Amino acid sequence: MNRGISYTSAFMTLLKRDLKIAVRHRGDIFNPLLFFIMVVTLFPLGIGPEPQVLTRVAPGIIWVAALLASMLSLERLFKADYSDGSLEQMLLSPQPLAIMVLAKVLAHWILTGVPLILVSPLLAVLLHLEGNSYVALMATLALGTPVLSLLGAIGVALTVGLSKGGVLLTLLILPLYIPVLIFATSAIDAAGMNLPYDGQLAIIGAMLVGSLIMAPFAIGASLRVSTN
Amino acid sequence: MWKWLNSYADPERSYNLAGKMLPWFACLAIAMIGVGTTWGLLYAPMDYQQGDSFRIIYIHVPAASMSMAAYMGMATASFIGIVWQIKAADWAAASIAPIGAVITFIALFTGAAWGKPMWGTWWVWDARLTSELVLLFLYLGVIALYASFEDKVLAGRAAGILAIVGVINIPIIKYSVEWWSSLHQPATIKITEKSTMTGDMLYPLLINIAGFGMMIGALTIVRYRAEVLARNGMRPWVRDLANAEVTK
Repeated sequence: MNRGISYTSAFMTLLKRDLKIAVRHRGDIFNPLLFFIMVVTLFPLGIGPEPQVLTRVAPGIIWVAALLASMLSLERLFKADYSDGSLEQMLLSPQPLAIMVLAKVLAHWILTGVPLILVSPLLAVLLHLEGNSYVALMATLALGTPVLSLLGAIGVALTVGLSKGGVLLTLLILPLYIPVLIFATSAIDAAGMNLPYDGQLAIIGAMLVGSLIMAPFAIGASLRVSTN
Repeated sequence: MWKWLNSYADPERSYNLAGKMLPWFACLAIAMIGVGTTWGLLYAPMDYQQGDSFRIIYIHVPAASMSMAAYMGMATASFIGIVWQIKAADWAAASIAPIGAVITFIALFTGAAWGKPMWGTWWVWDARLTSELVLLFLYLGVIALYASFEDKVLAGRAAGILAIVGVINIPIIKYSVEWWSSLHQPATIKITEKSTMTGDMLYPLLINIAGFGMMIGALTIVRYRAEVLARNGMRPWVRDLANAEVTK
């Protein structure tokens, strides 16, 4: 079958399109980021401002806030395309679906994951994170947030056809996020105690590679179910 | 063989077959759980360290191992449903999910009750316990997803994909006690080597594990039959069945 354009140009076209749409609706980029910052700010107010306590809980707080922010922003991943029908056009196109969902997820990660990584050192300062944990924090976020986007997209693809998928999405995705959370926070804790943390990083990296390979197919299959 | 197997994808035939299998599963389940539990609770020797309180093992271990087996059963059924587009397999997956969730809850609950006297705490955030809790969440997610679609054909597919994605958790539960240093003890029953447990204690446990499997089978069959009827309510054979029930 004649596919018209190559895999690479199909991927790039969709990536550019999604980025352009997001730039024209800037709120979509900033709202999850603001949510992330505000959730983190709530914790020192809730548990008290003692630096020792905050240092201890900082990795957990930052990562839990990142999970929630990623989930909030994911809800919109396929919603607009689903309601205006462009998602069905993508499913009908001769390009492989896995490549197209990968482009969409990558665009989503660039728009929500990357800003989160960039702003995380600032939050680490606010939470008195140990000086030697900063690199670990950013490294785990850099490796972990794409996993969140990929796994989350499966849940979003499953619920995109439902009118109230929001709470259900939480129930589906959060159990899948737990391993990332465990290894990320244990890496940051280890870094805080000057212990090697490359083992945990390697496991998160393995999760990234695994989900990069398999998630696009699961997302594609779920989209086909949802748009039936 | 495929032709022979495929004929059971027909709802009416699989409904009748399930009806024939039900008494076997039910009787075996009652007999095995009866024998295993009585033997385990009354006649098995006492543990030299834990005394009589170790006897909760006869509920805890069967429930825990069968919670994983039921998940694998559900995922296999979903896989068959997705790959070969057999609706009956989706119904089977949907009927296992709530049973698996309850069995997982039983495993967690009896584990907590056992942990209190032995470890001095109801709950620890330990790899085995956490991953079993995640298993419960996965079951609940599958149930919620299946319930939230109006169109049950789509519901079965969607829940099936989620069930297959969740399979990644099963080896994590199984090997959690070997990969991480854990408060939970490592596996006692081994298939390839000699079990680290005396026979008097082991046999009732094995009987109970098989009994729990039979019980899950029996409950699944009951739910499966109900599911088949609910999904095929407009078919003539279901109507005939209902009419026969009314005139009886």
